[in-house]
Amino acid sequence: MFEIFAEIFSVPVLVRALIVGILVSLCAALLGVSLVLKRFSMIGDGLSHVGFGALAIATVMNLAPMAVAIPVVIAAAFLLLRLTSNGKIKGDAAIALISTGALGIGVMAVSLSSGVNVDINSYLFGSIISVSKSDVVISVILALIVLFMFVFFYTKIFAITFDESFAKATGGAVNVYNMMIALLTAITIVIGMRLMGSMLISSLIIFPALSSMRVFKSFLSVTISSAVVSVVSFIIGMIISYALDTPCGASIVCVNIAMFAGFFAVGLVSRKRA
Amino acid sequence: MALIKVDDLTLSYENIMVIKDLSFKVESGDYLCIVGENGSGKSTLVKGLLSLKKPESGTIEFGEGLRKNEIGYLPQQTSAQKSFPASVYEVVISGCLNSRGIRPFYSSREKKIALDNIERLGITDLKNRSYRDLSGGQQQRVLLARALCATKKLLLLDEPVTGLDPIITAEFYELISKINKEGITVIMVTHDISAALKYANRVLCMREEGWFFGGIDEFKKSDFANLAKGGGKDV
Repeated sequence: MFEIFAEIFSVPVLVRALIVGILVSLCAALLGVSLVLKRFSMIGDGLSHVGFGALAIATVMNLAPMAVAIPVVIAAAFLLLRLTSNGKIKGDAAIALISTGALGIGVMAVSLSSGVNVDINSYLFGSIISVSKSDVVISVILALIVLFMFVFFYTKIFAITFDESFAKATGGAVNVYNMMIALLTAITIVIGMRLMGSMLISSLIIFPALSSMRVFKSFLSVTISSAVVSVVSFIIGMIISYALDTPCGASIVCVNIAMFAGFFAVGLVSRKRA
Repeated sequence: MALIKVDDLTLSYENIMVIKDLSFKVESGDYLCIVGENGSGKSTLVKGLLSLKKPESGTIEFGEGLRKNEIGYLPQQTSAQKSFPASVYEVVISGCLNSRGIRPFYSSREKKIALDNIERLGITDLKNRSYRDLSGGQQQRVLLARALCATKKLLLLDEPVTGLDPIITAEFYELISKINKEGITVIMVTHDISAALKYANRVLCMREEGWFFGGIDEFKKSDFANLAKGGGKDV
């Protein structure tokens, strides 16, 4: 066990991946609690597909991937938020439309540019060596913002997540908070995507919150538990990935599945006793 | 000056005018029931009263120092809420948010207001239970306690008994009536015209062809009440 840690810490790219992964897991879990409870979890999934499309096009056109992907995904997040809240197109259909559309465009872009050697596989399922130094900087800033928001605006996040109509009626700036959550989710997804892969990143948003909700009964305990579960799952997943030489994203998803099963069982037992 | 004064109010919903030239007053201590068919503009009026919708024309004025974010609103429940992991205390104290500005944490005064309202509604023993494990009637009491944290003067209830069984419904009406007698003005949107007649002192009846506003006795004599009873419609 300690040998594995020592080995990981001796390789700079793995240290970077570990830092980015822990911070992204933390942010995704905190934002995920609000998204899952507001029935917005599919937005996370939609955004990761848009992220894939944006990354593919940026690579083909030889542009900086983050500089293209972050604004595009943020724009998509605002668009999805608007579509789901005003109900012109049904939310789930709108998300499917946008995510498959972006995926299609991304694959077309890569296929048409014959000269470029793009490893689609690493975009779809993640790759640990793609984590750059700038990713570390962005993820530290992101984590600071998310933590600040959850500590100082926790009561407002609760009120808006629980009941938007009431929060609006008592003068809460609901739209500002929704946009803030969408913005931070978009950035979390883009950064986490290179490590986890665009197919798997939304698991970081959904799994920890759902697992925690099986067992914990108050919003505070669900939020804290999600953050802990997410970070612990990431670290275990990364160790498994290193030890067994399996892809990092998939390993983490499997740990999250095991966590969910565990929480599900505990939830069943405790409810039967009650 | 009345607590709320509505003058020649016109409101639209998705560019269709649903309320035209509506006028009524709510005095302090009133129990006003708003009744009407689906699509008669009740929900739009609620949004107007909560300042979530701008009038096309006409005015809504608040008197007696009532601020527009100090209405104790009890919205219709969403399905997502019913399974929400939150303790009763967390839900109730979130009603205090409007008095707090940007301060991040609850003060001891707000904690006391929350606990007092929990006690007032007889749900002290549920304080640490999870909202999702409660029955429909208990959930409504929790939301009512939250609404009372947000206001000292006015409750606005949007179809509060939907989905409750008759016994719990009757209990809930008694509770509202008691709160009203303690000095809090009540505006209730409801389909239940018999409850309106039993508890309210004023009625606003909205129909496509027009509206009625007045005391209970006037309402009983008016055509609106006959239409409501005779039609057997969803009023």
